[in-house]
Amino acid sequence: MDETLKLRVNGVEREVRAEPATPLLYILRNDLGLKGTRFGCGEGHCGACTVLVDGKPLQSCDTPLWSAAGHDITTVEGLSREGAPHPIQQAFIGEQAAQCGYCINGIMMSAAALLERNPDPSEAEIVAALERNLCRCGTHVRILRAVARAAQMLRDGRRES
Amino acid sequence: MSGAVSPPSLPLSLKTNPRLERWLRFNPDRTVTVRSGKVELGQGIVTAIAQIAAEELDVSLDRLRWVAGDTSASPDEWYTAGSQSIEVGGLSMRLVCAEVRQLFVQAAAAELEVGIEELQVEDGVIGVPGTDVRTSYWDLAARVSLARDVTGTVPPKPASAHTVVGKSVPRRDLAAKLSGAAYVHDMELPGMVHGRVLRPPSLTASLEKFDAAAVRALPGVVAVVVSGNFIGLCAEREEQALRALAAAERAAAWKMGAALPASNEIGEFLDKLPSTRSVVHAKGREDPDGDGKAVTRVEARYTKPYLAHASIGPSCAVARVEAGRLTIWSHTQGSHHLRAQIAAALGMPLAEVDVIHRDGPGCYGHNGADDVALDAALLARACGRPVRVQWTRADEFTWSPCGSAMIVRMRAGMDAGGRVVDWQHEIWSHTHIKRPGWAEGINLLAAWHMDPPHPVPPPKDTPLPTGGATRNSIPLYDFPRQEVAYNFIAEMPLRVSALRTLGAYMNIFVIESFMDELAAAAHADPVEFRLRHLSDPRARAVVEAATKAADASARQDGPGVRGRGIGFGRYKNASAYCAVVADIEVAEKVRVRRVFAAVDAGEVVNPDGLRNQIEGGVVQAISWTLKEAIRWDRERLLCRTWEDYPILKFDEVPAIEVVLLDHPGLPGLGVGECAAGPTAAALANALANALGVRVRDLPLTPERIAAAM
Repeated sequence: MDETLKLRVNGVEREVRAEPATPLLYILRNDLGLKGTRFGCGEGHCGACTVLVDGKPLQSCDTPLWSAAGHDITTVEGLSREGAPHPIQQAFIGEQAAQCGYCINGIMMSAAALLERNPDPSEAEIVAALERNLCRCGTHVRILRAVARAAQMLRDGRRES
Repeated sequence: MSGAVSPPSLPLSLKTNPRLERWLRFNPDRTVTVRSGKVELGQGIVTAIAQIAAEELDVSLDRLRWVAGDTSASPDEWYTAGSQSIEVGGLSMRLVCAEVRQLFVQAAAAELEVGIEELQVEDGVIGVPGTDVRTSYWDLAARVSLARDVTGTVPPKPASAHTVVGKSVPRRDLAAKLSGAAYVHDMELPGMVHGRVLRPPSLTASLEKFDAAAVRALPGVVAVVVSGNFIGLCAEREEQALRALAAAERAAAWKMGAALPASNEIGEFLDKLPSTRSVVHAKGREDPDGDGKAVTRVEARYTKPYLAHASIGPSCAVARVEAGRLTIWSHTQGSHHLRAQIAAALGMPLAEVDVIHRDGPGCYGHNGADDVALDAALLARACGRPVRVQWTRADEFTWSPCGSAMIVRMRAGMDAGGRVVDWQHEIWSHTHIKRPGWAEGINLLAAWHMDPPHPVPPPKDTPLPTGGATRNSIPLYDFPRQEVAYNFIAEMPLRVSALRTLGAYMNIFVIESFMDELAAAAHADPVEFRLRHLSDPRARAVVEAATKAADASARQDGPGVRGRGIGFGRYKNASAYCAVVADIEVAEKVRVRRVFAAVDAGEVVNPDGLRNQIEGGVVQAISWTLKEAIRWDRERLLCRTWEDYPILKFDEVPAIEVVLLDHPGLPGLGVGECAAGPTAAALANALANALGVRVRDLPLTPERIAAAM
């Protein structure tokens, strides 16, 4: 049975009407038009659908809508500030850390959560933070470099042009 | 194809699409529309070919508008496959743009009443430097007709004049992908519904009973299509389509078909299947005493499992029927082939079908992209609304064609001086290419499942020189007597087709593993042993460069036993040269610590893009080599989730150093697939170096290593 539920997505209060068991992913993509969150497996294994819920990375494909209601949700669209790409996005573009790019937004969300709580992570800490993200094109080396670069940029408190 | 009208030097894409207007158009807003048949698969090709066009036209990159893989507009350039996009697609674009530039410069000279030699082109403006005598592509566009055939006779710029080609230009497509909607998956059309398909539980199962009414009664369901063994459904909302799919699975009863092989060990069944043997390559075999000098004989048998594409994103397509016209948006590798296949499958005139390429998740060969396009077309026709169909993860693992399993038996003889005097390479495998449009018949799943069904076309592998199972089976070494035989197995217990490198991954793994085995028998250093049989200077150069890079780096200490190995190949014996050195540690499992790859791809268009392709090829090959194999029981495939088919994770990836040996002025060589085989061999050779055991069955799992010890 459909219900009306309230969510705060990328800082904006949203109201959606859907079956409460609906995976959050479909609400974000189809009801709210936030297509940057990708479907990969539907089982929480690959991390392509990772979003932040109250700052913590969560796989939106197996998170039911009801459990996200009332929480603060951030998608990749919410990373950019005033239309400018977030330093994490800038760092990934700067390192050209993508091949097909399909896994990257989920990876950037995992990285955003990491850098929020640990501004100066070691490589081992970055690797650990991406433990739930898969990449098939084999872009791992660049991704690790991009996260380290994003950390540096955030620490420096400046953006690349 | 008629060869009479085209100069023999024209690349294939220009022979089939000679009209200049098919490739380029100058727009009133001072941009240039560039049309290519080569599409973005995550390999960065759109950026590289744009660099080539910008270079030859002398326009800035940001003036280029790109239309790729649209059957109503783009040239038919076969498939985007086989590391051919730079070699053929890039060369074609280069010749077209050089010729167009010359036509415009000639027209400008006439218009401005100056000599051709006085004119220069700068960002599309054609003029005499230092004066205000100028015009432009756009000013002249109405007067210069591109409705003519390319001649291929206008020389492109010399490499020394390049300012865009050879530079690391950022990918054109990444900003969108890293911020929001970018893939076919993200399309939304007015009135669009969500489709899913319930596939049979196995390749040969057939539907006995299905309660469609139970599915139709579910919330949001707008159509349920049952035709033979094809069951498809559409719903208003995506989660409703998924619930309907789960219900459909419960509502269907299937009769299971032929049993799958009793063993998952390739060596236990593959070469026992019926096969047809042919000698596909022989050299020096006419002398019956030619191997009389052999004093040492070595034999070995190697196996490779069936592999999955395992792209992170599932196959997806959007289809719409409007005024009798079917339009499909697809991440296919071959829009024109797919269009013809879908028209034939549905019995529609070709003129009423369009296929438009949209980017998709990583494509490593013939995956489910084409199949899901027909799924979407069938459902769009049935429900009268635009439909977006996306495969499930299990669909992706069990229905995307997999890479064919192989067995290779090697025999060689060496003389007293440690030189190979006889070399025999014998392959058992299925076809490695069963793409839609590759051979006669229709190669689309739903076409086989619908009623009446289209027959599954008989398999046909691609012969040398490019080769399918035989790709890279001819050794690059100077062996006086060589023979390659292929036992072609028509029977396919699993659905197989093109997966990155086709047979090259395995053949290079085998040749390079066997070279180390021979070097050991000759008590020789593996690198020196290769070089003593290798006269091609470009081949020697990559072997030496990779070795030098590895020697220059400090070895890392770790808890395991350390080993180093090398592998070398030249993809398809004609594309890029690549040598890989791997440093590993073996404790409870193999950990790859550092990889050094040296690559000669002729002229490099985009060095950073090339490095990205090599790094990706190395990582994917490590994953295949250490972890991957499709498993089954007698009834069905058992790999349905990432837990059943693990791939390499972040904590298993090594540091990678890529050394590029650039040769400006030489033809650009395809690189997308060159690293896989050398990487696999480097790992097996490093393992033998570490532990003194040779593992010949892929993947190199802890169980296999323990069994070999």
